[in-house]
Amino acid sequence: MSTQDFIGWSRDQMAARVAKDIPNGAYVNLGIGIPELIVQHVPDGTEVIYHTENGLLGMGPSPTPDELDPELINAGKKPVTAIPGAAYFHHADSFTMIRGGHIDICVLGAMQVAENGDLANWSTGGDKAIPAVGGAMDLVAGAKKIYVITQHCTKHGVPKLMKECTFPLTGRKVVKRIYTELAVIDVAEDGLHLIELAPGISFDYVKDRTDCALIDNTA
Amino acid sequence: MINKNIASIPEAIADIHDGATVMVGGFGETGSPIELIHALIDQGAKDLTVINNNTGSGHVGLAALIENRRVAKMICSYPRSANSTVFPDLFSKGEIELELVPQGTLAERIRAGGAGVPAFFTATSVGTPLADGKEERHFEGRDYVMERWLKADFALIKCKAADRYGNLVYNKTARNFAPIMATAAATTIVQTEKFVDLGDLDPEAVATPGLFVDRIIEVPNPQLESVLVKEGKHYP
Repeated sequence: MSTQDFIGWSRDQMAARVAKDIPNGAYVNLGIGIPELIVQHVPDGTEVIYHTENGLLGMGPSPTPDELDPELINAGKKPVTAIPGAAYFHHADSFTMIRGGHIDICVLGAMQVAENGDLANWSTGGDKAIPAVGGAMDLVAGAKKIYVITQHCTKHGVPKLMKECTFPLTGRKVVKRIYTELAVIDVAEDGLHLIELAPGISFDYVKDRTDCALIDNTA
Repeated sequence: MINKNIASIPEAIADIHDGATVMVGGFGETGSPIELIHALIDQGAKDLTVINNNTGSGHVGLAALIENRRVAKMICSYPRSANSTVFPDLFSKGEIELELVPQGTLAERIRAGGAGVPAFFTATSVGTPLADGKEERHFEGRDYVMERWLKADFALIKCKAADRYGNLVYNKTARNFAPIMATAAATTIVQTEKFVDLGDLDPEAVATPGLFVDRIIEVPNPQLESVLVKEGKHYP
């Protein structure tokens, strides 16, 4: 196997691939990091409303220096704008949108995903770490569809898709679809189904980097 | 005549006692009632249980209250964030208690406290370590855990404008936890940027109706936590 600087999809290409699966009119909550890139790839003519759990529906792009208001931020505590047609609300209403099943799609990062859809993305379970969960457990329990966008393996080459998560769970059987730099993978009753490969990537290449059974469903 | 306007901040927070449970509004610095928190440090109450989404940043506001050893326990969802070292240091030394709560469960527990609902069931945290020791029930094909209400002796919150009845409006995402905390505390103390006449607030736009509010103090130009942190300020 030859080593390359760059294998499969770039971060932006991964985000663009997720954007293809977001329908017009969807109410969407995006996690911090790679998920934030998705906004730039939603095609013109597709109207998507972004929710940020600190209390805004209709989140817009980063502000210009003139627009900046320290009292208008997103869940990552970064300054944002509100689009025409936006609404503000308090935290219990914001989480009613999430926990009551009113958010159509939530895209999150992952530390580990199990073949049954279990997700671990908030803690490595180390004794010394200060535990912090935020809204992750609410999002995975409440949003209609949970999509994960992540590198296929850790920086050290350890597969993130596995038989059972070893880190503490964020939610049980919650992930519907996984987007990595190598493939798009669905979580089904009978396990993980690979439905699409990044250009130049083979099924066996992905299988070798996945720590559980993987069904080829690209045909 | 009803007038919830209080002349001075020290007067507004004078009766916060040792061992009190205090809800503090804000998501990070946004909505944080920093002048009320600093006055509480001056006032000296200790052994507090504080409910806030975070644990403050730098050495001002909530972080300063913790650093001055007034807080015995924090109930929050995300105790570490940018420039947040005070709580993590004390926690790793075992000198402050933490009750970690998922953010939506935190909000719902506060709403339940305000609404007189002692417990409720939620799917959030099922199958995770945060459900350990909690009663689980199965309803209509799904597992849920029982969560208890959260109430407080005092709530300290910030708003954009208030009238003498205690009706409040907020600014953008600075609203966050304030409206629900106002409902769940026995005594709700508000710092407002503007004090307005009765009738000046559109009743359709009032986010917190006055009956949830006990005391209002006008603070026209509140300090910004991030600015104080950048300047390396410590309180006191």
